[in-house]
Amino acid sequence: MKRVLMLVLLGFMIFGPTIAAFAAEPDPSGTKTGGAADVVGATANAPTADDLKNLAANEPLAAKLADVIGHNKVSINMVWMLICGFLVMFMQAGFALAETGFTRAKNAGHTMAMNFMVYAIGMLGYWVCGFALQMGGVGGVASLGGGAGLDGEFVISLFGKDFGLFGTKGFFLTGVAYDAVIFSIFLFQMVFMDTTATIPTGAMAERWTFKSFLVYGFFISMFIYPLYANWVWGGGWLSQLGKNFSLGHGVVDFAGSSVVHMTGGVAAFAGAIVLGPRLGKFRKDGKPNAIPGHHIPMALTGCFILAFGWFGFNAGSTLAGGDLRIGVVAVNTMLASAAGAFSSMLYMWMLYDKPDISMGANGFLAGLVAITAPCAFVNSVSAVIIGLVAGVALCMSVFFVERVLKVDDPVGAISVHGVNGAWGILALGLFADGTYGDGLNGVQNTVRGLFYGDASQLVAQIAGIITNIIFVFVVMFVFFKILDKIVPLRVAAELETEGLDQAEVAVTAYPDFSVHKTQI
Amino acid sequence: MKKIEAIIKPHRLEDVKEGLTGIGVQGMTVTEVKGFGRQKGHTETYRGAEYDATFLTKIKVETVIPDEMLEKVIDTIIEKAKDGKPGDGKIFVSSLEDVIRIRTREKGVAAI
Repeated sequence: MKRVLMLVLLGFMIFGPTIAAFAAEPDPSGTKTGGAADVVGATANAPTADDLKNLAANEPLAAKLADVIGHNKVSINMVWMLICGFLVMFMQAGFALAETGFTRAKNAGHTMAMNFMVYAIGMLGYWVCGFALQMGGVGGVASLGGGAGLDGEFVISLFGKDFGLFGTKGFFLTGVAYDAVIFSIFLFQMVFMDTTATIPTGAMAERWTFKSFLVYGFFISMFIYPLYANWVWGGGWLSQLGKNFSLGHGVVDFAGSSVVHMTGGVAAFAGAIVLGPRLGKFRKDGKPNAIPGHHIPMALTGCFILAFGWFGFNAGSTLAGGDLRIGVVAVNTMLASAAGAFSSMLYMWMLYDKPDISMGANGFLAGLVAITAPCAFVNSVSAVIIGLVAGVALCMSVFFVERVLKVDDPVGAISVHGVNGAWGILALGLFADGTYGDGLNGVQNTVRGLFYGDASQLVAQIAGIITNIIFVFVVMFVFFKILDKIVPLRVAAELETEGLDQAEVAVTAYPDFSVHKTQI
Repeated sequence: MKKIEAIIKPHRLEDVKEGLTGIGVQGMTVTEVKGFGRQKGHTETYRGAEYDATFLTKIKVETVIPDEMLEKVIDTIIEKAKDGKPGDGKIFVSSLEDVIRIRTREKGVAAI
């Protein structure tokens, strides 16, 4: 039965592309992308469409040069987006090191293997249908002068308004999607999706069967991530709340506090509940035991790699190197991370006598997660406040999850990504200062939060949070429950005691050393 | 001949080694060991939760000496290994039947 399913999946991957291919007018080499039309509106004093029309008649050489300038503008934007995408790809290494460092040596090979294979699995699933469901109705990206082939949003009409649910163009990147701009968008969006996919591997580490992890990898990359991402970024209904119901600019999530991090954190929460705590995590009276990570330098190196990649994550989300807001975005990003690290360190120092550096590292990432949505819309003081709150919220959430909910999250993924993803989305609705985002999601004027005069933006943000919690949690919880009946999620107890490396992935991380502690 | 087994704190090893070689001890064998004494280890914290570190890392120094050096060796180890806090370790002394040097088949004190 399982063989048959795998063959069907493989067959789908091989023959699917030929089925999906059909005639269209994409631009695979990119030579026809970017022209004089892209010069219009490029800067405050850029020529208008009328200027260009007159130019063609009176000064043909200048018109040709305008064409080249337009192409160059698009090139700068595409190169910027691709390089930022490469940075985000490297965050996979950061996740792998952080999660492995914060867990035990006897499972290091397994934790690394999950972080490694999620890249491959996630990418293939996203190529099959994830990208199409997410971006297949986005209708092009103006800064890249193309991508118009992605024009198939599936919409239902309620109360006389349109609700976009998912995209329908771009399966297997064939047909209209065989286009230089669309391929670039795929790369950038794929690495974001993969960030989501790898978050639950931390919360579910040290006890998860590799088989069921594989099924999960396809499920989240093909369906769960793409759907919510479509609603916020792909022209779906959450992004239209502004146009349809005058709620600010609809849900605004610049680089993915909710789309990427909250989705990953909420999925991690559902998974960790279904999977149950590691053996020995809770005593009989319910008090938690500490299970120290085996390699703190590795974990902290991972956090630094994540912070480095985050410049691509946030500043790249302008999708335009010509959008000089990238300077503000990048600085806000690093300020929030510093504030998050500092406040979580202080919190631990004051309440637990020591500046526990593993929590400081979590606070560092919490600051980054929280600033991901608002980074383009706030000033530096707000960025620092958002980071400070994130670091404290992180600590409180870690203890709440562990001591009250009794959910075992070895690396703090639920608190870093889930809780602070929600905080980031909320923070945008509070602190957006009206200096950026004119015309975003088809709504006139810039984006303002509650403190700058637009309470309705905050309402939209809350709608985004509630939708994410309900949709992702319910679907992932049911998915894990059903999956558990077909492919058990949990490894056998003796394997868990022994370590997962040999039994689950056939590679022991440290064969030359004894990796078993004398207790726990 | 006496066999000395001293359990000491790891960071004291260099001092102990220098002290012992300084008074004429010819050689020693050193092992990383784990164990506990009357304090039964101690608790450490990680992410705000305590855990018991029962087996603490120590160094075991083994050396064999002629009977007449015993007091001097014990004094030296105590002087060099003592922090004055619980966990400084212990010295075990036992009588040794024989020592044989593998290369020359020498026996007894000559083989130390």
